[in-house]
Amino acid sequence: MPQSAEAIKDHVSLFREPEYKEMLREKRINFECPHPEETVREISAWTKTEDYREKNFSRKSLVINPAKSCQPLGAVFCGAGFDGALSFVHGSQGCVAYYRSHLSRHFKEPTSAVSSSMTEDAAVFGGLNNMIDGLANAYALYEPKMIAVSTTCMAEVIGDDLHAFIANAKDKGSVPKEFDVPFAHTPAFQGSHINGYDNMLLGILTHFWQNMERNPGGSINIIPGFDGFCVGNIRELKRVLDLMEVEYTIVCDPSDVFDTPSDGTFRMYDGGTTIYDSKAALNAKATLSMQEYCTKKTLAFAKEKHQETASLHYPIGVEATDEFLMTVSELTGKSIPDALVRERGRLVDALADSMSIAHGKTFAVFGDPDFVYGMCRFLMEMGAEPRHALATNGTKPWAKKMKALLESSPYGQDCEVWPGCDLWHLRSLLNTAPVDFQIGSSYGKYLERDTGTPLIRLAFPIFDRHHHHRFPTWGYQGGLQVLVRILDKILDRLDDDTNEAGVTDISFDLTR
Amino acid sequence: MSLEYTNDRSFHEQIIEEVLAAYPEKARKRRSKHLNVVSEGDSDCGVKSNIKSMPGVMTVRGCAYAGSKGVVWGPVKDVVHISHGPVGCGQYSWAQRRNYYVGETGIDTFGTMQVTSDFQERDIVFGGDKKLRQLIDEIEMLFPLAKGISVQSECPVGLIGDDIEAVAKEKAKDLGKPVIPVRCEGFRGVSQSLGHHIANDTIRDWVFGREKPSDLEDPTAGFEPSPYDVVVVGDYNIGGDCWASRKLLEEIGLRVIAQWTGDTSLAELERAPKAKLNLIHCYRSMNYISRHMEEKYGTPWFEFNFFGPSRIEKSLRAIAEYFDDTIKENVEKVIAKYRPMADAVIDKYRPRLEGKKVMLYVGGLRPRHMVNAYEDLGMEIVGAGYEFAHKDDYQRTTSYVKDGTLIFDDITGYEMEKFIERIRPDLVGSGIKEKYPIQKMGVPFRQVHSWDYSGPYHAYDGFAVFARDMDMAINNPVWGKFKAPWAEA
Repeated sequence: MPQSAEAIKDHVSLFREPEYKEMLREKRINFECPHPEETVREISAWTKTEDYREKNFSRKSLVINPAKSCQPLGAVFCGAGFDGALSFVHGSQGCVAYYRSHLSRHFKEPTSAVSSSMTEDAAVFGGLNNMIDGLANAYALYEPKMIAVSTTCMAEVIGDDLHAFIANAKDKGSVPKEFDVPFAHTPAFQGSHINGYDNMLLGILTHFWQNMERNPGGSINIIPGFDGFCVGNIRELKRVLDLMEVEYTIVCDPSDVFDTPSDGTFRMYDGGTTIYDSKAALNAKATLSMQEYCTKKTLAFAKEKHQETASLHYPIGVEATDEFLMTVSELTGKSIPDALVRERGRLVDALADSMSIAHGKTFAVFGDPDFVYGMCRFLMEMGAEPRHALATNGTKPWAKKMKALLESSPYGQDCEVWPGCDLWHLRSLLNTAPVDFQIGSSYGKYLERDTGTPLIRLAFPIFDRHHHHRFPTWGYQGGLQVLVRILDKILDRLDDDTNEAGVTDISFDLTR
Repeated sequence: MSLEYTNDRSFHEQIIEEVLAAYPEKARKRRSKHLNVVSEGDSDCGVKSNIKSMPGVMTVRGCAYAGSKGVVWGPVKDVVHISHGPVGCGQYSWAQRRNYYVGETGIDTFGTMQVTSDFQERDIVFGGDKKLRQLIDEIEMLFPLAKGISVQSECPVGLIGDDIEAVAKEKAKDLGKPVIPVRCEGFRGVSQSLGHHIANDTIRDWVFGREKPSDLEDPTAGFEPSPYDVVVVGDYNIGGDCWASRKLLEEIGLRVIAQWTGDTSLAELERAPKAKLNLIHCYRSMNYISRHMEEKYGTPWFEFNFFGPSRIEKSLRAIAEYFDDTIKENVEKVIAKYRPMADAVIDKYRPRLEGKKVMLYVGGLRPRHMVNAYEDLGMEIVGAGYEFAHKDDYQRTTSYVKDGTLIFDDITGYEMEKFIERIRPDLVGSGIKEKYPIQKMGVPFRQVHSWDYSGPYHAYDGFAVFARDMDMAINNPVWGKFKAPWAEA
């Protein structure tokens, strides 16, 4: 009997017991009508060839294992960044269950959002009644300070008009007339979650700014963008900006709501940009986006409102942080304090101490366009060589910008850029043009299994490792975190490769 | 063993009144029909079910696509399942149900992959049928060992008037493989439940009822039936559940010719009608096809329960009634073989779990099926509810729960929070969306959809894991750390 009360075996070891192995073997042979093992081996080997790669890259319609999600996920993430805001997604209810699950699996935190629960009749007659009842119920039960409305593809296909529906619901008394209900159309069949973030943010700022007169001040707005590391990164931003004594507003700050304490109280809302600050943000001197591809429309809107604008690409490492600080300094006239110069020196010091470890190592990087840009930039800074830079939601202009970045360094010369490609494309790339390591989200674990390329998890979503998002990847401090993650993976791998007693352990060095 | 206890009826009635008070009037009227306190001897739980969720209340429910792709079809391992529509649905449901299977993913099996048509605006405007045709050819090019293809419709497909059935017929002929169109658009029905039903119907119509091109051999050819052939229906092999059940069924001398649909192959779907008995685990999601097999092939079905030793013993004996004395004798031998292990597990954990109060809010099966497994460990069920149950599920529930148990159908986030705040159960079993809010409140929690990344929980081998996990959740040292020592008591 494989199981016992003394040493309880769960799925990890139970099914490796002989009884189970035999049972599963018999199941396969007798009932599954499997392909001959030889055929499976043959096809498996073929998927690793140039021929397969060519076929794989010839597909026009099929998408396999994409590294992107749909717009409303970004809208719900965006809504979470505002004080007391409840995301309300107009359309089918299953979608909202999915966004909540997806975000909770990454952050290991509650994610609150409601749906207007449209069904077949609403598909025929439109979802106006769902909006009217939905806003009333959400307002009464969850006492939000505002409700941020976005849409699923169902509502978009049938053409529901949020502006009119919300006005109508207010007329019916679902929520008070003056209650804030910003909205954004977020069709899932355009762009990805980063566009949903942009659209929702634009919707919120448009709502607050549209009837206001701008009274320019000295403060700056910082928009972090869609970021799985928002908890660590936004806190790091605040620390750095406080050190610089800059007057700023983080526009969309989910760092607290995705990191609430366990003390006996469930906080459905926590922290976030307040309505007051959202309004006041119109008066800012400038708006700085930490992720250009998450904020194209929002930045254009800020510019329209006569604010200066600037944007970065997920600043990781020395140069990118330098650029961030200099941009802030330029926009605000504040100097960069000595404390930060010392932090910079410590990151450079760490890079110098470890220079030989990552140097020349090759990498594949996948994720959102800004992340891939920032990550490749830091890799090149350590003398590591990105070889594949892939963003399923990357566009041609992004690819062009990536190429310019890669050409700027001798370490980027052999890197290819893959906009619009998915992780099944990457599988072929890793099989035919292998690299030492990959950096991306948890989805990369299948590539690790299939191609043996070790994965460093630094991009959203991370489902199978805990708590990394609580630590920053931005700024000099964030750079240190990222550096250590990469070094640890390289050195663990080196130890694994050199630990067979009497065979490979001549290189099993105590000090490395 | 049966545990004697009752729940506090008047308290439960009072907290129902309390939560209802928060709703606007129209919503209050509707929600009041979904909450009740069950009485001993009732024929059902006295709640309305399987009706639309109200907008804006934070239902836990999913959609028909989740019921079809996520539950019934997704685990069929040697078939490629296309999430047909925009990218999100397939992304969020990618590899999240933990339907374990054996095979080389991407070569001869495709379970933990996200295959999608990734609809763009032009597909909405011009229709997706052309793309679907091309996409199926591309699947055939890259995955030649796939035994078939299913098309799992997302919301837009049904709204833009695509004819996926025509494409499926055409491509099935082209490829000589089944192509199964599933109309599980998320706006259909009121929850996952209709998706289960639609998926069941497509097995009936497109697997059993498929026209077999003459150049293809009959999938059931060469199959030698035996008098002990059974199918396990509605076990999705979460964390290997179905394997634990299979082992037990084989030990009593039965031959499991198919597992529906955890770790299943197309051949197992096709051959199932040859079985002598269908053993249903999840009645809610697969009773439809079982009833169809009963009508069409005369196969009887039986709803069994392998959660916890007392139900396992009861189920084994009931299953044996369908067979000859050999099986009956085997059942007694197997029970005798496992009882010492089950007793040892109970002896180890019951003292740590005795009297602990549990609330369950799950899909369509577990709020009743798991009750006795908890009671075997001395724990008491104080409240139970389903996301997408129907009337017959609530009827089946009354024989499991005790007098005064709080019943909640399609619970809202608000109700759940308030009920837990007032009842303060020792353990809540529900899903990922509920896990973190409840744990923040200081209440131990286990996910009982995914087994919280553990399992199996079925059969004797699984019961040991179940007991271990409940203990580690409830008796974890972290619960004592919520208040700082300097804080006032």
